[in-house]
Amino acid sequence: MLLNKLLEHKKKEIVKKWFEIIASTYPNDTAGFLKKEKDSFANPVGSTNIQGLGAVLDELINGPDRETITSFLDPIIRIRAVQKFTPSEAVSFTISLKKIIRDTLAREIVEQNLEKDILEFESKIDDLCLIAFDIFMGCREQIYKYKANHVKDRTLKLLQKADLLCEVPDMDSDITPRNF
Amino acid sequence: MVDVPKPEELIKVDNKPPAKGWMDVPPDISAGKYPYPAQPKSLKYLDLPNPRDWSPLDDDWQLPENWKEIVHEGLKERLDKYRSLKVFMDTCVRCGACADKCHFYIGSGDPKNMPVLRAELLRSIYRNDFTAAGKIMSLFPGGKRLAGARTLTKDIIKEWFSYFYQCSECRRCSVFCPYGIDTAEITMMGRELLNLLGINIHWIKDPVSNCFRTGNHLGIQPQNFKEIVEFFCEDIEEITGVTINPSFNRKGAEILFITPSGDAFADPGTYTFMGYLLLFEHIGLDYTFSTYASEGGNFGLFTSAEMMKRLNSKMYAEASRLGVKWILGGECGHMWRVINQYMDTMNGPADFLEMPVSPITGTKFENAASTKMVHIAEFTADLIRHNKLKLDPSRNDHLVVTYHDSCNPARAMGLFEEPRYVINNVCNNFYEMPESTIKENTFCCGSGSGLNTEEIMETRLQGGLPRANAVKHVHDKNGVNMLSCVCAIDRAVFPPLMDYWVPGVDVTGVHELVGNALVMEGEIERTTNLRFEPLGDTEGDSDE
Repeated sequence: MLLNKLLEHKKKEIVKKWFEIIASTYPNDTAGFLKKEKDSFANPVGSTNIQGLGAVLDELINGPDRETITSFLDPIIRIRAVQKFTPSEAVSFTISLKKIIRDTLAREIVEQNLEKDILEFESKIDDLCLIAFDIFMGCREQIYKYKANHVKDRTLKLLQKADLLCEVPDMDSDITPRNF
Repeated sequence: MVDVPKPEELIKVDNKPPAKGWMDVPPDISAGKYPYPAQPKSLKYLDLPNPRDWSPLDDDWQLPENWKEIVHEGLKERLDKYRSLKVFMDTCVRCGACADKCHFYIGSGDPKNMPVLRAELLRSIYRNDFTAAGKIMSLFPGGKRLAGARTLTKDIIKEWFSYFYQCSECRRCSVFCPYGIDTAEITMMGRELLNLLGINIHWIKDPVSNCFRTGNHLGIQPQNFKEIVEFFCEDIEEITGVTINPSFNRKGAEILFITPSGDAFADPGTYTFMGYLLLFEHIGLDYTFSTYASEGGNFGLFTSAEMMKRLNSKMYAEASRLGVKWILGGECGHMWRVINQYMDTMNGPADFLEMPVSPITGTKFENAASTKMVHIAEFTADLIRHNKLKLDPSRNDHLVVTYHDSCNPARAMGLFEEPRYVINNVCNNFYEMPESTIKENTFCCGSGSGLNTEEIMETRLQGGLPRANAVKHVHDKNGVNMLSCVCAIDRAVFPPLMDYWVPGVDVTGVHELVGNALVMEGEIERTTNLRFEPLGDTEGDSDE
């Protein structure tokens, strides 16, 4: 498909613009740092995003397989799920890809009459946004689970400490339902 | 034709944060973004000021009437007392070398988590109240801001509360500062000033008051502490067939052993505790536990110098009462910062104790000549070096291990090689994380300095991201499935952190690995490790 070829061709430019969108969701100083620092250990947020976005775009062009795309999108959303973003702010960058592609391929879309293909591709981006939301909720549920487990664990320990719990002795083997 | 809105118009989310100067951005003190405040009873027990019921969500934090004067006088007193604080306030040239080195900044992206800006929170008040430049500049319109100064307000107190409790005092930033400014100490001063107003957090004050009362953070009574250790001995007997009878409060023992109480209470620290018991039995060490100084950690460090001194003195009082020769300390983080950097001037030198000498190898621990307290990793490394331990590292073959340099032993005492030497002798598969993330450059777990509380789990996960990112690297590249460390807070906080960022990596103390590798005299054939997990080709654990 011609659109896919064009997207392949302009992939680098599109990913760069897409990353700019993500970086711009952070305060100015931080956006600069995320773009500038190339060491992935000094800048895990920047490097996770740039790698993840490239892989996601590849998969959108060539697939997409839901499981594969989830594995590429997960690290990006996982970070945003613990940062100071509302759910919509955390996932909205996926939708920005539509505008980036339309802007980048503006001339080709008209000249090659790609409107139908673009709409098809955009519905893949809609799916991407829904997947992102699933991942986001999964992350949040994981975090709530840690908090809940902590409280449960502590309560159990307090009950044990206060001698309010005792082990139930093993039931005699004769006491089984068939004997009733 | 219908005017179809563009996608970006449909989702009206303004991604860009407003471009404002840092002084104009208020802190986010909403639910989940702050640690719970301390209870009045803890403050009363510790004779700390302004005990009351309050919430950071309240508009009015019920500060004392003369709160401004208290902070001003408190800062003045500390500037006079600590020359370091004055130097730290004056010398920063805002070069930015520290800015992107903080794990909380890297993980959150919040500029006020840059160490330089965290320090500016306090420095701006210092400039305003204590420097000639600040006072002169304030005479001109806009001059104050130009000088980086500002007048203290109640909102600034709230800002301090927010950001001085988003710093784990790990000191990574200080490694990169060309002037050696220790932002951890600035945070400590910030927290001291907040304490003067009665602004403190439950997760620190509760352990401190417990420790002051019962000798450990968890408030474990002496009989319970004894029961817990005996319970470990029962497990050890079931696993190894070896009976261990440790002593408690035994006068005349050669060595007093002190470790964080967290390891008596929470997995996987408990297995590290079992490792100690096995090691001491293996070498026939003449040691005892104190049920009154049953805590290595010192949350006083996260309160004030005075509180740190009070808690630290209990350990030495017990060493004196029991008449031991020296103290052996377990795998703890900030305990070692207190011992190495502050103990000597607070409560030392501990002249009533003897120079620590290993009774097994005869090695003199001259590095501990003044504090008389030796780190267990040094002690065990020395035993291995002298071939005093019978080890079977193959028992740890199902583990592919990496080592997290816990911040305080690494940066506050330079303990780099000993734990690695021990690990390499007790297991066969060890891989280092990248150089920029270990030793003095180590990344914090994100939950130190009293931040290991569940209500700020997101903050902790942000702070732990850079460390987890490096673990993920060796997990993906080398199949690492076990993260070892020498800190009880690490052991408590890494399990959820790993589960979130790097599933498939478990957490252990170094002496748990030692305990599993030790071949004890008269032991039965071991079928499980100290966690009661089957040894050998265990399901799911193997790489194959």
